[in-house]
Amino acid sequence: MNKYGCPGCGYSYDESIGDDHEGYPPSFLFSDLPEDFVCPACSVRYKEDFVLSSP
Amino acid sequence: MRSYSIESSDGSTVPYQDKKRWLWFLSLINPTVPLLGVIGHFLSGDELWLLMPVIVMFAVGPLLDILIGRDENNPPEEVVGQLEEDRYFRVLTYLTVPLHYIVFIACAIWVGTQDLSWWSFITLTVALGFADGFAINTGHELGHKRTNVETWLAKIVLAIPAYGHFWIEHNRGHHRDVSTPEDPASARMGESIYKFARREIPGAFHRAWKLEYERLCRKGEPVWGFKNEILQSYFITIVIQASLIVAFSWIMLPFLIMHNFLSWWVLTSANYIEHYGLLRMKQGNGKYERCQPHHSWNANHLVSNLLLFHLQRHSDHHANPTRRYQSLRHFEDLPQLPIGYYGMYTLAYLPKLWFMVMDKRLLSLPHINFDLSKINIDPDERIRIEEQYGSIHE
Repeated sequence: MNKYGCPGCGYSYDESIGDDHEGYPPSFLFSDLPEDFVCPACSVRYKEDFVLSSP
Repeated sequence: MRSYSIESSDGSTVPYQDKKRWLWFLSLINPTVPLLGVIGHFLSGDELWLLMPVIVMFAVGPLLDILIGRDENNPPEEVVGQLEEDRYFRVLTYLTVPLHYIVFIACAIWVGTQDLSWWSFITLTVALGFADGFAINTGHELGHKRTNVETWLAKIVLAIPAYGHFWIEHNRGHHRDVSTPEDPASARMGESIYKFARREIPGAFHRAWKLEYERLCRKGEPVWGFKNEILQSYFITIVIQASLIVAFSWIMLPFLIMHNFLSWWVLTSANYIEHYGLLRMKQGNGKYERCQPHHSWNANHLVSNLLLFHLQRHSDHHANPTRRYQSLRHFEDLPQLPIGYYGMYTLAYLPKLWFMVMDKRLLSLPHINFDLSKINIDPDERIRIEEQYGSIHE
């Protein structure tokens, strides 16, 4: 399970937790997020901008 | 005054004070102005007092912007963390929420119980509608934050003007699509505010519901349930506005309809100004370039910025939407409006004058330099605009 961070606002998508508010359950992989996924906190950064923050 | 500290290069600590700290109390004026008219009428018995709030909003606001002028101070980056943590600034946004409620209910009671003449009914309702347009501004500041308290306060304050869908559509829709032809909340060159409103108000409503529908489907929750964050706010609206109609009968209908619509109109006015004509370019991968600071119009006028929680430092807001109002920055060489929003609203309501002032300003921006391909143009006006300005670019 990995964590991916938004380089703009500090939001982090943790695969082991998912994002309950956005409707992504625990263990939902970052790679399975829709291609048009934008940062749920700032809506400025696209999926491809996210940075792998911990292996 | 509270002092923040900056670590200097030699290891010593330099104190920093925020000169605007106490001036932010002015942000509590917007919600309160209509009440001053009611209090004046109550104490003196003279209905003319109910004219006062409208005059304050349309004349005193722009006048103070002209007299007091601009403020280009930025907090040093090193103290931004301390500023954001300082709860004083948060308390001010929290306080505006009950203030909006008190003033709204007090004005409704006044309209419901006093035998007002038609003109004072209209002026009081217009002033309250505008004041509660600024409730949407408070909801905007709160709705961008990631704490439960703030998102709930956003839903509660947005319930006053019956605009609970705003923060959903704004955060997840407008910020994603800003300054593109797809965004109903970004105005196009050649589009008057009256045309824009007919695209923006229904467009925002539709986008909010689409986004919330998709989120609830992902969660496996019913759309018509209490997890729906739009319905949560609408529910508060229905309880309050229905209670007012029950309590004060038919007079509440024109009062509430006018009030709600005018609040939406204030938001429409702000949206119209904030990105007029600005365009993000499409990249090779078919996606739009990331929102850059030159994709928003800004105003540094001190008074209107204090009244609007720095909303006019709009470029920094779009680059860093979760940044709190007290730490938003001014940057050089960005699209600048000739005056603060209060004056710009009036200009926007006179489309011929608006186009005269803003079209040249837009075309002359350094990153556009009369290149029409870099402008978000109203398709219905494209031929006219190309004929008028197309030959200037080389």
